[in-house]
Amino acid sequence: MTDAEPLLRVEELRVEFRTEDGVVHAVDGVTYEVHAGRTLGIVGESGSGKTVSSLTTLGLTRAQGAHVSGRIVFEGKDLVTLSDGEMRAIRGNDIAMIFQDPLSSLHPFFKVGAQLIEAVRVHQDVSKAQARARAIELLGLVGIPDPSRRVDEYPHEFSGGMRQRAMIAMALANEPKLLIADEPTTALDVTVQAQILALLERLQRELGMAIVIITHDLGVVAEMADDIAVMYAGRIIESASAELLFAGPEHPYTWGLLNSIPSLSGTRKEQLVPIPGTPPSLINPPSGCHFHPRCPYSQPDHERIDPELQSIPGEPTHHVACLLESEVRRRLWGELHKGRTPEQAISEVGLPAVTP
Amino acid sequence: MTRYIVRRLLWGVVLLVIVLALLFVMFRVLPTADPAKLRAGRLQSPKIIAEIRHDLGLDKSLPAQFWVYLKGIFLHFDLGYSYYSDAPVKELIFDRLPATISLVLGAAVVWLVSGLGVGIISARRAGSKLDRATMGTSLVLVSAPEYWLGLLVLFFFASDIGKVHVFPGAGSYVGLTAEPGKWFTSLIMPWLVVAAGTAAVYARMIRGTLIETMGEDYIRTARAKGLSERSVVLRHGLRAAINPIVTVLGVDIAILLGSSVLVETVFDIPGIGRLNYIAITHADFPIIQGTVLFASMFVIVANIVVDIAYAFLDPRVRYS
Amino acid sequence: MSALVEVRDLVKHFPIRRGVIIQRKTGAVQAVDGVSFDVRRGETLGIVGETGCGKSTTARLIMRLLDATSGEIRFEGEDIARLKGARLKALRREMQMIFQDPYSSLNPRKTIGSIIGEPFAIHGLNEGRGERRKAVQELMETVGLNPEHYNRYPHEFSGGQRQRIGVARALALKPKLLIADEPVSALDVSIQAQVLNLLRDLQSEFGLTVVFIAHDLSVVRHMCDRVAVMYLGKIVEIGGGDELYDFPRHPYTGALLSAVPVVDPSRHGEQRRLLSGDVPSPANPPSACRFHTRCPKARPLCSDQEPPLEDKGSGTRAACHYPLTREETAQIGVRSAP
Repeated sequence: MTDAEPLLRVEELRVEFRTEDGVVHAVDGVTYEVHAGRTLGIVGESGSGKTVSSLTTLGLTRAQGAHVSGRIVFEGKDLVTLSDGEMRAIRGNDIAMIFQDPLSSLHPFFKVGAQLIEAVRVHQDVSKAQARARAIELLGLVGIPDPSRRVDEYPHEFSGGMRQRAMIAMALANEPKLLIADEPTTALDVTVQAQILALLERLQRELGMAIVIITHDLGVVAEMADDIAVMYAGRIIESASAELLFAGPEHPYTWGLLNSIPSLSGTRKEQLVPIPGTPPSLINPPSGCHFHPRCPYSQPDHERIDPELQSIPGEPTHHVACLLESEVRRRLWGELHKGRTPEQAISEVGLPAVTP
Repeated sequence: MTRYIVRRLLWGVVLLVIVLALLFVMFRVLPTADPAKLRAGRLQSPKIIAEIRHDLGLDKSLPAQFWVYLKGIFLHFDLGYSYYSDAPVKELIFDRLPATISLVLGAAVVWLVSGLGVGIISARRAGSKLDRATMGTSLVLVSAPEYWLGLLVLFFFASDIGKVHVFPGAGSYVGLTAEPGKWFTSLIMPWLVVAAGTAAVYARMIRGTLIETMGEDYIRTARAKGLSERSVVLRHGLRAAINPIVTVLGVDIAILLGSSVLVETVFDIPGIGRLNYIAITHADFPIIQGTVLFASMFVIVANIVVDIAYAFLDPRVRYS
Repeated sequence: MSALVEVRDLVKHFPIRRGVIIQRKTGAVQAVDGVSFDVRRGETLGIVGETGCGKSTTARLIMRLLDATSGEIRFEGEDIARLKGARLKALRREMQMIFQDPYSSLNPRKTIGSIIGEPFAIHGLNEGRGERRKAVQELMETVGLNPEHYNRYPHEFSGGQRQRIGVARALALKPKLLIADEPVSALDVSIQAQVLNLLRDLQSEFGLTVVFIAHDLSVVRHMCDRVAVMYLGKIVEIGGGDELYDFPRHPYTGALLSAVPVVDPSRHGEQRRLLSGDVPSPANPPSACRFHTRCPKARPLCSDQEPPLEDKGSGTRAACHYPLTREETAQIGVRSAP
């Protein structure tokens, strides 16, 4: 993370939902920053809280009765405390969001142009004709061919990639300072995914927008993100610039993710090392370190103590929430990176092994 | 699209002919009063009856009679002659059509406005006491028989026999063109009675579809654009939730047009339903045939209209 | 090595009908349009491609869940494309399928014991009450499920566990061929690795031949001996995994391999040439070489003559008049080469 004043700063955000089965701690004390012109990648699996934290930024969890505490500071204002009316002025205007499945995220019964025009006219006082011209301009900006014809078509008449481009166009209608993209390419074919990611990069360069990209795909963040935050069970367990993170990851969960993905240039011989167990319940998360039940390296007191996100020595912008010492972690990663299994790494480093 | 419409219309005609054939056979095969004898009235002698039978074409074969009947309908829209009332069926039906249409369409407006209104509010406050109260009331209204509700309403509010003199009583219907004011007031109670059960059904329907629609992804997108909650619900949510309602509405109206017997009888409204009722008590088959033909036509046409309307409402559905 | 399955000129067209009174066939969605390949005994063959390429349809044709429009499918030498009745039912014991969506591929109203045991019931095996339960519980242990959960319902399990249930059901009859249609696409990354490892272990334990269909190219490389790449109903390249990934010859394979985002930071600076436009409709595919409308190397011959699938001298067979050279694979930024 850089030192300049951040565009968006999330501080100790907690989001809870009261359900029949209990209180779901979807986001459990999360802090991160987004800087103008840079891309933050939030990586996590289902249930990590990555989507909920972004929806809460835009106040979109209010409709579901979420209990939010903490601060989300944007341009000097705390978004958590803003009224619904004030939030609406920001949504689609200063901060915009695109979602995973463009077919279900666009209204099936309204023409694409009409939906774009609506996005413009919510925040700008312009005539329908002007808004329509802007809509055509936006469709062209995102690379949709023949935009003046496409503007009168329905979403189902677009292909998957074009639909996502249309969603991006809609998000850009009012030149947002921050674009949040929630799994924007997960539902797309790989060649289309590459086109969309390239489009987002180009738009960021041209418009100077900050982007938050939420995904479970480490490859996507590796390509797109300047800074990365890894989330697990509602908490950020590691955050750093992309270079630092991939050069020297320092959390066992991050190692687990990296080692359980087959590499494109690897061969059949390499063994995938999965993370054992299953993601935890958010109603009753594990005590202490949320990851300890699945962590091959956890020690007895990790069940009691809550790790805090702290910077590691030598890399002040690289933060990790782990109770192991940084030196130990570096040696463990060194072993894992050479291809050793966790058990082998543990014995090499001399860590007391743990019976699961 | 035009191909689809043409195809539907052609099949509609085929269906209509099949319905007529079924009716025709039914009325000839069932033990009935002999139409020739009825026509003969007091001049009953075998010779005269045979003459009348020949005049009416009743001595021809069944298929030949049916062919004559069909030709009459499709070429001249001649629905036959009622011996009992001594008038062409066509005339009798068209005289009474306005009353039934007034009743049904007016009721439709009432049930749409009240049903949808209540349903939308209930959907927005799902699970609240208000929601439970409205859904409970709707259950009662759906279960109440129309004629019972009609009699109850007359008992309380009719100006002639009711406890409180609010609305004109039974038998006070006049045509719209004759006296608009009286036309309106005389229909208020019948409208409410017909609409009661249906409004309840529609309230439950829209509540269900709206709750489901509001959980869709495109609603989240609409909010993310900064739209007011009102716009989100009424413009984005309702637009999607209304589709199934439209299809049901068309068919409901069509069915009612053919079968508003109970309410018309209780309130003594001179509509097709009442005509049908009287015809049944007198075994006046030409009228019954005519009204059933009309009812079938309404239903067939309504189905076609509704299917076509659906293609306009949902652009993903484009028939070829 | 003999072939377990031989597919020759397999075609599946889904007709499009129009008409006023009588509906006439006016065209067809050419989902699979002349596909030929072998599945060798004991191997894992991967089939990759994007939406609309026909890989899932091909799988279902082999499984006889769909009937082919034309072509031959031979299983252990016998033509199964037109089998019916009792012989078709007997065939079903030899080949099984696992599906993509663990949430909709299990009947929510049945216990997992009865789901896994249903194949036995259908084919009249393990008829004794205790016998069937024992057989099912053995299968559950094999796939890593707790046998005591025999009477639980699917909704009580996570996605990864449900996928294991699907695998157990598929293995109940000890089939020779297992077709896995996107078995891990709907699972979280940390669970994917578990299920992939399980499939690899089971393959060697049961001596299975596997057809593995996926869109994730890294997963396919990891799991498969040979890989077939499909585009718009045709196989455009087929060959050994390492050969195909290290040196793809068909421009479409090259495009796929340059589009995959990779974690390796050293490759990020590499220049890439991305494919433009969208996949054409399978109802109206381009003439001759289907890829020519988007191919950066297309020349007049490509829209005129369909290229045959043939050996290009580097270990794979590709259907291309102007296959990629080594320099070109670097230029377009293929990420899978060493």
